[in-house]
Amino acid sequence: MTDSTPQWYDDEAGPLVRLYAMTAGRARSVGETALDLMATIEASPMVPDNPMLSPEKLTLLRICQRQPQTVTDIASESNLPLGVVRVLLGDLIGAGYITVSRPIQPTQLPDSHILKEVLDGLRAL
Amino acid sequence: MASVHSKPATNGANPLVALKILVAGGFGVGKTTLVGSVSEIRPLHTEEALTGASQPVDNINGVEQKTTTTVAMDFGRITIRDGLCLYLFGTPGQDRFWFMWDELTQGALGAVVLADTRRLADCFPAVDYFEHRDIPFVVGVNCFEGSRRYQPDQVSSALDLDDGTPVVLFDARERDSGKQVLIRLVEHVSERYPQPEPVAAAQQPGGALPKRPLRQ
Repeated sequence: MTDSTPQWYDDEAGPLVRLYAMTAGRARSVGETALDLMATIEASPMVPDNPMLSPEKLTLLRICQRQPQTVTDIASESNLPLGVVRVLLGDLIGAGYITVSRPIQPTQLPDSHILKEVLDGLRAL
Repeated sequence: MASVHSKPATNGANPLVALKILVAGGFGVGKTTLVGSVSEIRPLHTEEALTGASQPVDNINGVEQKTTTTVAMDFGRITIRDGLCLYLFGTPGQDRFWFMWDELTQGALGAVVLADTRRLADCFPAVDYFEHRDIPFVVGVNCFEGSRRYQPDQVSSALDLDDGTPVVLFDARERDSGKQVLIRLVEHVSERYPQPEPVAAAQQPGGALPKRPLRQ
C-alpha cells in the first residue's frame, strides 16, 4: 500500500504551528522594554520544570539551564524567531524561572583591561 | 589578614560580558564573508512585517494571508575567554531592513563599514548612520580581485571621514586579514574611551616607589 496523502504543507507555508499560537497572540513581551540582544539570561536554581509549560518554553528553559546565555544565543539555538523568543522569555522571567542581567554598555565598560583582553584575544585567534 | 585578591567567582555569578560589533555596508560587499571568516557563524531568525517594499522579493502567491516573513540574519561569536565574548552582527544590506539597525546599534561597541571601491557610494548610508549616532567605526575596504587599488587616505578623503577614523584595506575571505580589521576597531574604541592611568600601585601603602630609569 502506498501513502497517497498529498504533501499539503512545506517550508514555504511556514511553520506548522503558527508563531502567534506559541505566544498566545502576543507580539510584545509583558515587560516594559524588549529584551536586549546582549542581555544575559540565567536559569534560577532550584526551580523545577513545570510540565505545564509549553514545549517552546521548556526548550528555552533547557537552553538557559546549561549556562547563562545571551538572548541572541538562545534565539539562535532554539531556532525560534527572535520576537517569539522575547515574548516567551518575558513570561519565564515573570514566572521566576529565569533571571536577566542587563548588558554592559560600552560607555560604562568596567575597565580598560576588558578591551585589552579583547585585543589580546583577537591577536591570538 | 585580608586577601588583596578579588573573591573567586562563585559558580554562575561571574557576569557574562558580551560585546557587540556591527558589520555594515552595501549589498554583496562581503559582510557575511567577514563574519564567517573570523567567527563561528550562526543564523538568527527574526520575523518582520511584510511591507510594500518587499513585494517584488517575497512571493506571497498562494499565501496572501501572510503578513510576516522570517528573515535570517547572520551573527558570529568569538569567545575571548570564559565569560567574555564578542558578537558580530551583519546588518541587513537591503534598504527595507533599515529599521533593524537601531536595535542592533543599541549598546554596540563599534562598527565595521565595509566598502567596495567599485561601488563606494553603497557604503555612504552606513558611514552617515554611524557618524550621526557617534558610534566608533572603521572602514574596511574589501579588496576584490580585479578592482583598482586605492590608498587608505584616498578612500578616507572620498568618504570625507573625520580625522582618526581608520581605513583598513583587507580581504574578507582571509581570517587573518579580517582579524586585523577587528583589532583596528577595538584599538580605535580604546582611543575614544581613554582610561585613567592605573595609579593603584603608587597609592598602595607600602608599595614600592617608582625607580628612576638608569641613564644610558
